[in-house]
Amino acid sequence: MNDRSLTKMKKSGGPVHLSERTWGYLFAGPAFALVSLIALAPIAAALWLSLRQQLPIFGIDEFVGIRNYLQLWGDDRFWAACRTTLYFTALSVSAELLLGFGFALLLNRLSDGAGRGLRWAHVMIILPWAIPTVVSAQIWAWLYQPDYGLLNYLLHAAGVTGGRIDWLADPDWAIHAAVVMDVWKTTPFAALLLLAGLKTVPRELYAAARVDGAGAWEQFRRITLPLLMPVVVIVLVFRTMDAVRVFDAVFVLTGGGPGNSTETLSIYAYKTLFQTLQFGYGSALATAMFVLAALLSMLYLALLRRHVQESA
Amino acid sequence: MMFRHDDQAGSMMNWLRTRGLPACVLLLVGLFCLAPVLWQTVTSVKPDQDLVRLPPLFPERVTSVHYDRVLLKSSLPRSLGNSVVVAASATATAIVVGAFCAFALARLPITGKSVILGVALVTSMFPPIAVISPLYLLMRELGLRDTLVAVGLTHAVYSLPLAVWLLTSFFQQLPKELYQAARIDGCTPLQALLTVIFPLARPGLAVAALLVFIYSWNEFMFALTLTASDTTRTAPVAVALFPGLYEIPWGDLAAASLVVTLPVAGLALVFQRHIIAGLTAGSVKG
Repeated sequence: MNDRSLTKMKKSGGPVHLSERTWGYLFAGPAFALVSLIALAPIAAALWLSLRQQLPIFGIDEFVGIRNYLQLWGDDRFWAACRTTLYFTALSVSAELLLGFGFALLLNRLSDGAGRGLRWAHVMIILPWAIPTVVSAQIWAWLYQPDYGLLNYLLHAAGVTGGRIDWLADPDWAIHAAVVMDVWKTTPFAALLLLAGLKTVPRELYAAARVDGAGAWEQFRRITLPLLMPVVVIVLVFRTMDAVRVFDAVFVLTGGGPGNSTETLSIYAYKTLFQTLQFGYGSALATAMFVLAALLSMLYLALLRRHVQESA
Repeated sequence: MMFRHDDQAGSMMNWLRTRGLPACVLLLVGLFCLAPVLWQTVTSVKPDQDLVRLPPLFPERVTSVHYDRVLLKSSLPRSLGNSVVVAASATATAIVVGAFCAFALARLPITGKSVILGVALVTSMFPPIAVISPLYLLMRELGLRDTLVAVGLTHAVYSLPLAVWLLTSFFQQLPKELYQAARIDGCTPLQALLTVIFPLARPGLAVAALLVFIYSWNEFMFALTLTASDTTRTAPVAVALFPGLYEIPWGDLAAASLVVTLPVAGLALVFQRHIIAGLTAGSVKG
């Protein structure tokens, strides 16, 4: 680097003398200002709100300390929403990971043979990812429609079910219907990341393993899986974050019903904020959600670290 | 290549492996990804009386009545226009503001880089539902309640972490010497960025712009809560709150949802290679 010439140029520079550092702050400034105003201030305000009781319709606005959080602890609906959220997350994320892995492995074989095939696969696989979540919820709502929906028709025609199942009105089915929709929408993302990861595994490793007489399963367990662990963790973190915060999909598909059987934390918080207008309690709910998401991602990162240490 | 050693196993087996297996894989993946969308397409051209019976799966005659209704007799065109304005302005804001910030993070000697990146991470991790009520109050204070500016600005800010993250790693890949040479030639840092760095970074800027645009076009929760009327509604909100008096008008809804999807699906298909590069960047560096 030409430190000397840079310094010289700075000394002899134009009418305004600004150091590189000052320029750096000028460049980063607008981003920082916008994020502070539109993101950080509301986050701080949400934390502050969670310590207050605010019921605009009754003109109540007072500081209550951690009372909202204590109330949360005794709120059965909150715990039910937690269970629903975790159930939804566990089911959809594990299905997305397994299915995504399957797709990635299949597509990776494809790229060995015909390059054109992979391009077609990319074209198809990117579609569910690109579709607005709201649209995919409506697409699936129509598939689940009990009387003229395609799903009931196909299941009936194949002899799997006897008759009409009202997927979204049955408390036992509704949450699973939401999971299936989410899996359809987001498996492509998992598959894309895992496929990109598979491409970085050196071919020679497999060749060497074959020479040593390792079968396909051994190769997968001893080469593919360990080397892909970091990508798997990234997929897990991304997908878990989104699944814990899930809103659009379930909101449009079931609105949290029937009963409260598909009410996730986001939907409970939304209803608390906008239907009953309890800004303080709603913010406490949302903060609890953030803590849950942060805890889960820390868990994953700890797992990754242990894995890295073990294999080192 | 992998199957080269199997050449003598007979041309039938060979064909099966080089053509047949890939075809099956493609069919499987394609069915999974496309079937729901194809069904929605069939639904959108079915006459009303065919919508309330199954079979037949496919209509004997197709109709454009649903498209006519949503495009000519509903507020959907207005919502699409709103979405174009919101997504375009959010993209422009996020990319301009994000590119300068990313360059400062990648190449300039500012302190607190890790703090900035940490803030970006927390911002993108925080559940949107948590900020929605303070944000709503803030927009009302600023006189922006129920305006497209409020939605566009919010989208820009919440996609900034993604844009900054992508662009920082992109700028780090450009040779350091480019910037230094421009500076030595007498450019101010601003001139160096505008005349040398940004033109060279066009592929990276394009990827970031695509991802921000698609995020903004599809975003629902902010758009739902920050708008209150037909005139400011974005397309996803229009699809979610699709009006139906007694019965859901499935044919109209199918047409509307396909129209709303078309722009992003088109972008995703045309630029799929760039988008996939952007999505996987950083996650698979090893």
